[in-house]
Amino acid sequence: MIKTTAQKIYIALIFIFLYAPIATLMVLSFNASKSRAKWGGFTINWYVELFQNKSILQALGNTLLIAFLSASIATVIGTVASISIQGMKRKSRAIIMGITNIPMLNAEIVTGISLMLLFIVLGIKFGFLTILLAHITFNIPYVILSIMPRMKQLNPSTYEAALDLGASHLQAFFKVVFPDILPGIVSGFTMAFTMSLDDFVITHFTKGAGIDTLSTKIYTEVRKGIKPEMYALSTLIFLSVLILLILVNYAPRKKQDTNNLRNQR
Amino acid sequence: MNRKLLSAPYLLWAAAFIIIPLFMVVYYGLTDKSGAFTLENITAIATAQHGKALWLSVLLSLASTVICLLLAYPLAMILSRMNMSQNSFLVLLFILPMWMNFLLRTLAWLTLLEKTGVINNILNFFGAPTLNIINTPAAIILGMVYNFLPFMVLPIYNVLTKIDQNVVNAARDLGADGFRTFLKITLPLSIPGVISGITMVFVPALTTFVISTILGGNKILLIGNVIEMEFLQTGNWHLGSGLSIVLMVFILFNMILSAIFDKDGEGTAL
Amino acid sequence: MKKYIAVFLCGALLAAFLAGCGSQNDTPNGEVYVFNWGEYIDKETLDLFEKETGIKVIYDEFETNEEMYPKVQAGAVQFDVICPSDYMIQKMVDNDMLEELDWDNMPNAKANIGQSYYEQSRAFDPENKYSVPYCWGTVGILYNKTMVDDPVTSWSILWDEKYADNILMQSSVRDLFMVSLKLNGFSANSTDEAQLQIAKQSLIDQKPLVQAYVIDQVRDKMIGGEAALGVIYSGEAIYTQRENPDLEYVIPEEGSNIWIDSWVIPKNAPNKENAEKFIDFMCRGDIALMNFEYITYSTPNTAAQALIEDDDIRNSRIAFPDLNEYSGLETFSYLGEDADELYNRLYKEIMGE
Repeated sequence: MIKTTAQKIYIALIFIFLYAPIATLMVLSFNASKSRAKWGGFTINWYVELFQNKSILQALGNTLLIAFLSASIATVIGTVASISIQGMKRKSRAIIMGITNIPMLNAEIVTGISLMLLFIVLGIKFGFLTILLAHITFNIPYVILSIMPRMKQLNPSTYEAALDLGASHLQAFFKVVFPDILPGIVSGFTMAFTMSLDDFVITHFTKGAGIDTLSTKIYTEVRKGIKPEMYALSTLIFLSVLILLILVNYAPRKKQDTNNLRNQR
Repeated sequence: MNRKLLSAPYLLWAAAFIIIPLFMVVYYGLTDKSGAFTLENITAIATAQHGKALWLSVLLSLASTVICLLLAYPLAMILSRMNMSQNSFLVLLFILPMWMNFLLRTLAWLTLLEKTGVINNILNFFGAPTLNIINTPAAIILGMVYNFLPFMVLPIYNVLTKIDQNVVNAARDLGADGFRTFLKITLPLSIPGVISGITMVFVPALTTFVISTILGGNKILLIGNVIEMEFLQTGNWHLGSGLSIVLMVFILFNMILSAIFDKDGEGTAL
Repeated sequence: MKKYIAVFLCGALLAAFLAGCGSQNDTPNGEVYVFNWGEYIDKETLDLFEKETGIKVIYDEFETNEEMYPKVQAGAVQFDVICPSDYMIQKMVDNDMLEELDWDNMPNAKANIGQSYYEQSRAFDPENKYSVPYCWGTVGILYNKTMVDDPVTSWSILWDEKYADNILMQSSVRDLFMVSLKLNGFSANSTDEAQLQIAKQSLIDQKPLVQAYVIDQVRDKMIGGEAALGVIYSGEAIYTQRENPDLEYVIPEEGSNIWIDSWVIPKNAPNKENAEKFIDFMCRGDIALMNFEYITYSTPNTAAQALIEDDDIRNSRIAFPDLNEYSGLETFSYLGEDADELYNRLYKEIMGE
């Protein structure tokens, strides 16, 4: 009894630690006074100003677009690569998996500067394209690492059976292999999407003139001094993530969904 | 045959955007402005200002890794022992802040910790002494722990949930008490998760420059700050690359460590 | 699975929609890439420029001259108009990075900018070939009257232990060293290693008293009462006083830095004509006035000065100081690559302490 109470208190404390800062931002986003020292009354002014701030909206658009594109492209490349890696000999598989691990285990700052050097030497103009290329690069490993465990569980004879029964390679893949690895693909895409949304460091080194993602925009804003619009932005992002997670995980509660939930982790 | 060809796009991609860029860092790190070979950029780590920055980075990242581990292990254990319906919700709540932008999370702590920030306003209200940790190493450690704690909890949690409950029960049946069971069964079996967590916290903490810039008021120079400065301010790519090579040696050590415990190369974090 | 797909498609649509938002303007006449200091323009003037000329402005910001330089030098990002300070313009001229301006394309720049500012510019642009002054000012101490009781006349107050943890210093290399060099009685353009070592030591001694090394944040932190004393550019004084009347700006008696930020066009600029149109537009009296009222940095634009309605501001000694009153005001000059490296090394030694 005492033990479970202690456990509950511990969990509660950790959650306070995690959520107190976010809650503070949310409260401050409705504070009419610019100062954090006093409560100047309730206002939604900062939200209005946020939505009138073209550059922040554009940064948001860029962020979503880059996250979506980079995650999609990485998912395609990663899925195709996984299929092939699974069929490789042990040694070459180990080498490729080692390379795949590099962007994940290497410091973001090193990945960032290495790509920056590459783009400068190649003479590619810094902008949307360089950010996209960089994001695809660090996204592919997440896709591969989500799909590989699924591939391992796959029974190779089913694929061959499909071929024997007259299916083409493509047909066999989509009818037999694809459904089995789909949860891995979905979770890989989700992770890649999230990683891209959250990235600051690599974008910082590969971004060009006049293009910002949310992260780089926030960084420049924070260095100028904190504006209450940033609190409003935090609140909105937090709420949309909350809603999205609830939707994805709980919406129509089918049996299949709970399975996915488990597989995602 | 067909299947091998499928890996071509990825292999090309990896060569162009992973391998070649790394070689470029190495090339710049080992040459000077005229393009001649030199070790100067590497040995520059031994100069007072760079050595101190590296040493401080190692200290702060070790401290935050240890704090993360101490906080995360009990939490992961509690979570893993709950029944399914409870814990999936809690785990969801736990990763939720992670989905919020990294910079906004750090900004939140700036708002809390500043001299006229929220915490001090509350302390003032109660007449308590103020808390002055903004722009100190303590604030940076706090920022690291806050940002990287989930990276420690999730791998440990994943390993713990995979432990076969029968093994634990067997130990109990054979007369081991709770503590001994933990020490002899749970802890050893969870080591891969712990190692993976350590890697995932230590590397970003060691190399960060954002947290130290925002929460350290530029008063504290970490190795990440030095490298960022060399690339984006002084424009000395050679020195910046040289220092990055030194940094990579640390990371390589980390990679080897995790590879030993994670034989399949799959990353327990997933 | 369907709902995943639905969620992602929604995300994609939203992204495409938002990305489209910014690019729907009618801008048939090409683009101009502008690289300016943070919070250094009234963004409305950019909209006006786009509307009047049909040229799309792609605007980006930097925080220090030092941060701007490598980006332009690497050439990975091609800007058309940049707004560096005096010594950085000199460095760019020395390295053959700037394009000569065609003054015939810029009548406003010729007519509206005070002659004295062009004369001043000759220190770094000897023949007035490359730069059009945008803003100018000094560096001084901004202090909060309610938190500082001593008279603020000297840089040495920034070394007073009474104000420990209440002092904000600049984090850009030259500005930081200028304070210490002046305090020790040296030139702000010193390249003498012994002098710089002394300056470095002073700054290291001061470090425990400093709350933070920042640039643009000095403004907000001073307004919010976060610190008592801060090193700041004169242009911020009017703005900060408006927000917090307890603040006062002083140029210390040891002398300080006087600077000009000017528009220049880099060598590789892809849209030179648009760049000149942009510079000329910024020199128009009404536009310069809008910018002055928004950023409150002293404008060299005489047409704009005449348009200022508020007498207090037009006669403000902060916005338009009589420079004869002060001695020891120095403009930074470019000190060469070796000196740059020395400054950077010493800067890292201070920050790493």
